[in-house]
Amino acid sequence: MSPKTLYDKIWDAHVAHEAEDGTSLLYIDRHLVHEVTSPQAFEGLRMAGRKVRAPEKTIAVPDHNVPTTADRVNGIENPESRIQVEALDKNAKDFGIHYYPVHDVRQGIVHIVGPEQGWTLPGMTVVCGDSHTATHGAFGALAHGIGTSEVEHVLATQTLIQKKSKNMKVEITGKLQPGVTAKDITLAVIGETGTAGGTGYVIEYCGEAIRNLSMEGRMTVCNMAIEGGARAGLIAPDETTFEYVKGRPHAPKGAQWEAAMEWWKTLYTDEGAHFDKVVTIRGEDIAPVVTWGTSPEDVLPITASVPNPDDFEGGKVDAARRSLEYMGLEAGQKLSDVEIDTVFIGSCTNGRIEDLRAAAEILKGKKIKDGMRAMVVPGSGLVRLQAEEEGLADIFKEAGFEWRLAGCSMCLAMNPDQLQPGERCAATSNRNFEGRQGRGGRTHLLSPAMAAAAAITGRLTDVRELM
Amino acid sequence: MEKFEKVHGVAAPMPLINIDTDMIIPKVHLKTIKRSGLGVVLFDEMRYHDHGGENEEFVLNKPAYRNTEILVAGDNFGCGSSREHAPWAIKDFGIKVVISTSFADIFFNNCFKNGILPIVVEEEHHAVLMEDAHKGENARMTVHLEDQTITTSDGVEIAFDIDPHRKHCLLNGLDDIGLTMEKDHHIDKFEEHASQARPWV
Repeated sequence: MSPKTLYDKIWDAHVAHEAEDGTSLLYIDRHLVHEVTSPQAFEGLRMAGRKVRAPEKTIAVPDHNVPTTADRVNGIENPESRIQVEALDKNAKDFGIHYYPVHDVRQGIVHIVGPEQGWTLPGMTVVCGDSHTATHGAFGALAHGIGTSEVEHVLATQTLIQKKSKNMKVEITGKLQPGVTAKDITLAVIGETGTAGGTGYVIEYCGEAIRNLSMEGRMTVCNMAIEGGARAGLIAPDETTFEYVKGRPHAPKGAQWEAAMEWWKTLYTDEGAHFDKVVTIRGEDIAPVVTWGTSPEDVLPITASVPNPDDFEGGKVDAARRSLEYMGLEAGQKLSDVEIDTVFIGSCTNGRIEDLRAAAEILKGKKIKDGMRAMVVPGSGLVRLQAEEEGLADIFKEAGFEWRLAGCSMCLAMNPDQLQPGERCAATSNRNFEGRQGRGGRTHLLSPAMAAAAAITGRLTDVRELM
Repeated sequence: MEKFEKVHGVAAPMPLINIDTDMIIPKVHLKTIKRSGLGVVLFDEMRYHDHGGENEEFVLNKPAYRNTEILVAGDNFGCGSSREHAPWAIKDFGIKVVISTSFADIFFNNCFKNGILPIVVEEEHHAVLMEDAHKGENARMTVHLEDQTITTSDGVEIAFDIDPHRKHCLLNGLDDIGLTMEKDHHIDKFEEHASQARPWV
């Protein structure tokens, strides 16, 4: 038998039907659902008189629209947001799917709740009407975002019509320098490959620096595979993975656990398996990074200066010029001189407990700069609870941060957490697109520790200076 | 779904690379629970001024391009979020074909589900089409799906590739779910096998 990649193995285990031209019906093990991309899909089912084929494999949670302030117990003020969340309440009930409503302590960002509750397991296929579904690849699950028509397709048939992607390997060798995190790895990779570098591929991340990451760090890395254009990002499961999964509410137990482990331990890329594209980066070469432009590929070490658009080639010249104008930056300006007025710590990229610990470590005993608006939005109610038990919430509050309830919040600013035109934010989220955090708002992507450092100094800051 | 055959219409140039789905339709318009009526907010933040009113500089606001049916766009069009509101808005505006040197994966898939034809062309052909699109209203481009050709206003013919299954579905306006449900017995069989092989799932 010819050697297979991890992606090949998971793919092969889920093909329910393959046509002669390679068009396949891929069986879906877990379907995660949120309020923004699902209402039209459920409506489609109703109109066709169809039901959800596998409600026991379908899990819903409202996250994009929900307010993160304490007054949300009184209901959602924005009528459109409220209608979307109420529609999900009703759809979950009518179609009998698992549901974590707004007031449930387990509610949170769908990509944080799935792993936390043990829904996400190695070797699974996981989809959600959200591009950051790539996050679940950290478990060695084939996980990717889909559109609403495909949400409806999965609800009705538990399958997706797919053609197999190509295999790409991203290897991060060696060890990371102090102050360098999973977020810096994933941004550095996109800086190297570009936002279209992964188009047509499923990426497997490997190498010593990846192996040494915790599960939460691995989720951060895979989360942004989509920003590199890839269909999905994967990391082969190992002891770190099994340790994380064991004992979670929906993880297998007893004899089932043993049976699962037997299969999970075969989920790695065989020696000699073929990759269509390989990128290798030395872990030692990765610095704490920030973005300067309006594409996640606009990445530079914090020690660098804003680039000159004329130094790029092709369409990137105009794109970079447009970015600098939008961002209000000058070529040659030192990144560490860029002043910010807002800090956002949270999102499916960096809203887990280790992210909050890393930020709190920098903030301990310090205050944020006068006039700074800073907020922490834990990724789930359980992350929030744990952070309160560990005393992290007090550190944030004493430093001057707002301590919020769980949700997507200012990552995409669908709820009231938004930037005003011209405001500049250091954000631990995943996209720095024009208007992403609010019309006219300016976003610099970075790690939680770097965000904390920026909150203290009031400018983009090399976290190593505060360590 | 409507059958897709041939489009003969105005092509608009949008050479900017990495046009993301937040640009195509910002999140404030994702709060709808319907698929229709989003054409008016397509490219919202580029198309309208912050204080309201149309930005006359934006291509689709120019008199020549108000009836655009074909978009010739820069590389990596549709990157970012999975929101199908992006193709819904494009379709609702009246655009039926998007041509670029590459598309983001999810956006590309979403187009087909909505009867929009995304076409990937080589850079040299892209340059020819972009130039043609700059000619405005009187220079109409033709996209023929059956023949897999794009014809410029000058009669230059460019062939394009398309997945045969997707072509078949577009030409016949086929509904994916209906097609898959015809394969129900394969899914039943798979589930039966998987429940033995991986009972913990």
